[in-house]
Amino acid sequence: MMEAQSYRVRVGLATCGIAAGADKTYDQLVPLLAEHGIVPERTGCLGMCFSEPLVEVITPTGDSYLYGGVTADKAAAIVEQHIVGGKPVEELLALASSAATENDHFMSKQHRVLLEHVGVIDPESIDSYLAFNGYKALIKAVNEMTQQEVIKEVQKSGLRGRGGAGFPTGMKWNFTYQAKGDKKYVVCNADEGDPGAFMDRSILEGNPHALIEGMTIAAYAVGADEGYIYVRAEYPLAIKRLRIAIKEANNHGYLGNKILGTNFNFNLKIKEGAGAFVCGEETALLASIEGLRGIPRPRPPFPATSGLWGKPTLLNNVETYANVPAIFRLGAAEYSKVGTESSKGTKVFALTGKIKKTGLAEVPMGITMREIIYDIGGGIQDDKEFKAVQIGGPSGGCLPAEQLDLSVDYDSLTAAGAMMGSGGLVVMDETTCMVDLAKFFLTFTQSESCGKCTPCREGTKRMLEILERITEGKGQPGDIETLEELGSAIRDSALCGLGQTAPNPVLSTLRYFRHEYEEHINEGKCRAGVCSNLISYFIIKDKCVGCTVCAKNCPVNAISGERKQPHEIDQSICIKCGVCYEKCKFDAIILK
Amino acid sequence: MSKVNITINGLALQVDANMTVLEAAQSAGIDIPTFCHDPELTKAGACRMCVVEVAGARNLPAACTTPVAEGMVVETETERVQKARKTILELIWADHPHDCLTCEKTGSCKLQDYSYRYDVKGSPYQGEVREIPFDDTNPFFFRDLNKCILCGKCVRKCHEINGAGAIDFMNRGFGTKVTTAFDDPIEESSCVFCGMCVDICPVGALTPKQGLNQGRPWEVDKVLTTCPYCGSGCTFYLHVRNDKIVGITPNFAGPMKGHLCVKGRFGWDFVDSPDRLQTPLIKKDGEFVEATWDEALELIATKFKEVGAQYGADAIAGLSSARTTNEENYLFQKLLRSLGTNNVDHCARL
Amino acid sequence: MAGLATAFGSGAMTNTIGEIEDAKAIFVIGSNTTQNHPVIGYRIQQAAKKGAKLIVADPRYIELCDYADVHLQLKPGTNIALLNAMAHVIIKEGLADEKFIAERTENFAALRVTVEEYTPEYAAEITGVPAEDIVKAARLYGEADAAMIFYTMGITQHTTGTDNVLAIANLALLTGNVGKPASGVNPLRGQNNVQGACDMGALPNVLTGYQPVTDAAARAKFAKAWGVELSGRVGLTVTEMFNAAGAKEVRAMYIMGENPYLSDADSAHVRHCMESLDFLVVQDIFMTETASYADVVLPAVSWAEKEGTFTNTERRVQKVNPALKARGQAKADWEILVELAKKLGFAWDYSCAEDIFREITALTPSYAGISYDRLGVNGIHWPCPTPEHPGTTILHVGQFSRGLGHFSGIEHQDPAELPDEEYPFMLTTGRILYHYHTGTMSRRSKGLKFIQNEELMQINPADAQALGVTEHDTVKVTSRRGSVKSRLQITDTVPKGVVFMTFHFKETAANLLTNPETCPTAKIPELKACAVKIEKA
Repeated sequence: MMEAQSYRVRVGLATCGIAAGADKTYDQLVPLLAEHGIVPERTGCLGMCFSEPLVEVITPTGDSYLYGGVTADKAAAIVEQHIVGGKPVEELLALASSAATENDHFMSKQHRVLLEHVGVIDPESIDSYLAFNGYKALIKAVNEMTQQEVIKEVQKSGLRGRGGAGFPTGMKWNFTYQAKGDKKYVVCNADEGDPGAFMDRSILEGNPHALIEGMTIAAYAVGADEGYIYVRAEYPLAIKRLRIAIKEANNHGYLGNKILGTNFNFNLKIKEGAGAFVCGEETALLASIEGLRGIPRPRPPFPATSGLWGKPTLLNNVETYANVPAIFRLGAAEYSKVGTESSKGTKVFALTGKIKKTGLAEVPMGITMREIIYDIGGGIQDDKEFKAVQIGGPSGGCLPAEQLDLSVDYDSLTAAGAMMGSGGLVVMDETTCMVDLAKFFLTFTQSESCGKCTPCREGTKRMLEILERITEGKGQPGDIETLEELGSAIRDSALCGLGQTAPNPVLSTLRYFRHEYEEHINEGKCRAGVCSNLISYFIIKDKCVGCTVCAKNCPVNAISGERKQPHEIDQSICIKCGVCYEKCKFDAIILK
Repeated sequence: MSKVNITINGLALQVDANMTVLEAAQSAGIDIPTFCHDPELTKAGACRMCVVEVAGARNLPAACTTPVAEGMVVETETERVQKARKTILELIWADHPHDCLTCEKTGSCKLQDYSYRYDVKGSPYQGEVREIPFDDTNPFFFRDLNKCILCGKCVRKCHEINGAGAIDFMNRGFGTKVTTAFDDPIEESSCVFCGMCVDICPVGALTPKQGLNQGRPWEVDKVLTTCPYCGSGCTFYLHVRNDKIVGITPNFAGPMKGHLCVKGRFGWDFVDSPDRLQTPLIKKDGEFVEATWDEALELIATKFKEVGAQYGADAIAGLSSARTTNEENYLFQKLLRSLGTNNVDHCARL
Repeated sequence: MAGLATAFGSGAMTNTIGEIEDAKAIFVIGSNTTQNHPVIGYRIQQAAKKGAKLIVADPRYIELCDYADVHLQLKPGTNIALLNAMAHVIIKEGLADEKFIAERTENFAALRVTVEEYTPEYAAEITGVPAEDIVKAARLYGEADAAMIFYTMGITQHTTGTDNVLAIANLALLTGNVGKPASGVNPLRGQNNVQGACDMGALPNVLTGYQPVTDAAARAKFAKAWGVELSGRVGLTVTEMFNAAGAKEVRAMYIMGENPYLSDADSAHVRHCMESLDFLVVQDIFMTETASYADVVLPAVSWAEKEGTFTNTERRVQKVNPALKARGQAKADWEILVELAKKLGFAWDYSCAEDIFREITALTPSYAGISYDRLGVNGIHWPCPTPEHPGTTILHVGQFSRGLGHFSGIEHQDPAELPDEEYPFMLTTGRILYHYHTGTMSRRSKGLKFIQNEELMQINPADAQALGVTEHDTVKVTSRRGSVKSRLQITDTVPKGVVFMTFHFKETAANLLTNPETCPTAKIPELKACAVKIEKA
């Protein structure tokens, strides 16, 4: 019993874990562990979303056992077998510090600086953060360094904006510092809106103090006394944890007035966004904080000189600020050892799509796409053939198999027609239609267009209509050229970054997968079998045994045939739902 | 004001450092097309018609929002620029009614002018078009939002100059439209009908009801005059055709910058009110009877002479008018004083 | 205008509309600018948005209050107490411009002594404005580098009208806010050519350019030019004319383009006086209420059918150009005057408006340099003494028209008529955006009529509740002079105890109610304050 008391148990309680049932697992664990005098700890996302809910058991000797798929019903087994019995539960083991698991590759190629403590600390406790050198960076900056020295250090680290465009962070800080103004603001863009992106959410939910500490250092450096975190209202847990963290930081003198007993004041507020994608664009974000319609304003003036309410404003995203404490903890020199010549440090990616291990991975800049997808992500689901990866969200582009060995850094990605973006990686296999994919992203950007400038408002609408036409089999000769011309006109002339990058998914798929467009238009063919108007299901007579399963399941009675005789599909009735294809146990149905 | 050196279309210019590329070009007589720019309004950068090529820039920046910089090299009509402008026009065309034949704006429509300039023959884009009901509920102007190109000048004029803030953008993306709060009828909004939105609308989305179908821009004479209402002294051009006022254009170049209020903009139709006095009238037995000028003036002269002779000149008094011209006020007091009295006043006190 | 003439030597706007945007502070008193001078209202709003401090003094919560740093909601007729208290604070807090006072003004002691007792607290009692707001306003005005004051009839249409203006002028003199850009004292003129009518000597005491009729030299100049003898006796003002007509001292009247039946205080009395006349000529474009009393009505053309000039509120002389042919047999007022003059035996010889203008410039120093050719699209501000002179935007630069700026010690005086038990409400009158004066023009405009075509007397919700009336109810409003029926608009823009009416609607002729008691100097009736009672109709 004495031994049992020194076990520690952590449950990953970020949105991803909760969605998989981690809160129920936690509730189950509380009374079970109480018998042994253990209180389970809450922590953030452990990154291995493919294996949620995750429960970590740390033995008295410090060994870590991470269990995956621990639904509530499996909680008792862990307590009885491991904590009481001292024997790890092999069948649930996802990762272990002293034993090999099939997931080792997921962690081994990562370089966790930002996420080091995400999934370790209790995000609702400042003490937990302090226990891992929390706020040491702030203390160092405020007590030992001048504003310019702080900015120099950030410049030396080579940190570039993690929100997408990769603007050198130290330079931005310096612009804001140099800008004249009786009042300055520091604002955090936590309006993570890309489909399939959840890097920022994980940080907000898993280590909110890292963001607060980074922002406070920034405020000190640029001379701001007020700040806003603009976070989407769809992140209620992140908001709740931020609220707690801000309150605790205020109470501990790391925020508010007279920080650390100096004359430095920094008051931080949360502004909840209503979920418009365009509000992730910095000028629209600022307009939204001001209570105005969230639409972009022309730049210049840049926020650094005229931002929130016309005052100099420093605006970075969550991941950028969260990097700052690490820079001061490690020192810029040490920090910048990781990465490439022009892209320093690490980048967090959200791995989604047709990849085996979906989740959150922090990798050093310069890693190849292949390493991320195959080593960390474990390759393609069902071992299908890799087709492409969409990087940078709806504003980004897709890269084909030929580009798998591309170095993942700002400049290489841009050169290849994609962009770093905020870090969403959507992996696609042979069953993905690239025209359909472009249509998907255009549907998103078109519906999220604010409507202010003509090219984006009208242009994305027309691009989408052409893509819809092509995927419906009504493509016309010249459509590809029209898409290219319209796309480049929009890229050239739209007002904000959102509009300028909106055609990217189309232009990059046209660059690498033009043949798929041509097949759709000229041959009426969708090789991935996605575009329903372009596909037909046929029964191969030789293989059909006449089991009638397909006919019974067809929702429109398009399949006819005698029992034990080959069946036939009436193409004029078939709606191409694919049910027969899935139901056939004899591979007698094919797609053409 | 410090100056910077820039080159536009090969022309070396020295311009004020706080100018935009558009302003610099205009100062050199180079016309860059724009729908959404107005010199007194916030720069929106919305229509993107004014995009230009700036050496070293990745995209085509909008001239209206791009500040000049030392050494900047700008080209305003390259093939790439013209292509972008043509695309923008074609995109607008794709969702714009093609009733130019009878559109009230024909001849003063910027969409027409630029489509002509950039050789737009039609739109390669066919697809969804807006179908917003035509609004004619207020007495002053029509709102055809299907013709609106969303340049937003009306919104900015209403907020930034008038202050009424009656209209703003509603919805977003392709569904965006300019309307009142809750899309209420405009006469139930905070609109004060100054008509400044109508006068800066570059297309036929806002058209005055007065003068409808009564004259194309090239058919009317434009007469500069001064407003007959309050003392602010706004000036405007009356549009005249067939001896009728058929509209007005504010004097944008004048001291009041083309600002007007509802009375000056729309309140001139009293001029042809059917009850205008058209002949001299003499009251006989309590009834007015039409008279000739000679009869009427003879009678007045006789009466004034009689009163003057019998009671002295100070038994005559005259009220001049703050509505008449300087020349008329001058003659009025000259007449009274010539009769020998200073009994002349007007309504300055009221 | 008499007030400004006393203080500065000239009764016109000292500065121009174009300077508003550069003002650091703007003090609007007794002017509902957005309703009555909308385009100037736009400018004031824009200046406020650009950072100018805005002080609004008005019994009603007018639109400009939305942009104001402080709204001084004073009781009608208590302007002097408010202005004196502001002067008191400015002196007390050392915000006065002592150098300006020493070099450019006289009689400062009179002001200092008078305002001594007008502490903010004392003024608060009289005006109902919180003392701290008075202090705030004084500081905003006094601390600004350049501050403009705007006022209109809310200041002048009181029995203390001239004193009100003097009290305003005191503030500007005290802070050196005269004779420099974006400053000054700026009375906004309510009608298109009031300024011009005054400039042209359509006043009983002055010839053109404010040359006094009592000045023999001036008289001689005009007598020579006109070839007539001129009277040196100051004539009668509007109100005096009607009183004289009532008393049979004035026997014949010539009214050109005015409608005093609706516009003058105590209409019943005006009507009686007009009926007493032996002979009345009215010259207008419509059969106005006044015209219906005439013996002869002469049809004039509208502004769109004639040539000439208007002089706007900021002394800008601008062209009026003919767009249309004369309707029917109507003639331009000047043509009628010329023909009548001929009938009367005067040898007038003008073939066009420009002929007349040339004569004006020859006799009027402030217009001497102006000609039709020079007016262009922008006009010219008088004084413009020579053909080369660009015109004058700012008056009193370096020196006042009268030499030194003159301070006056002015005491507060209650309005002539205060609410009492029998007549418990204070009625104040004015105009609204959609109509103009007696409605002769605006009520013949289709659109304007659509927006509003009847009186809607404004009353505070608390008063409405106490009277048991609701929105758009009809009430009977009665003063000591008359009674009208009006529908109601219930709004908290008017304070309790105050009601507001326009004088646009003949069916609800507010001037049947108003008090004809005038300011002893300017002879302007107290249209902004009279006591009324309100009953459910």
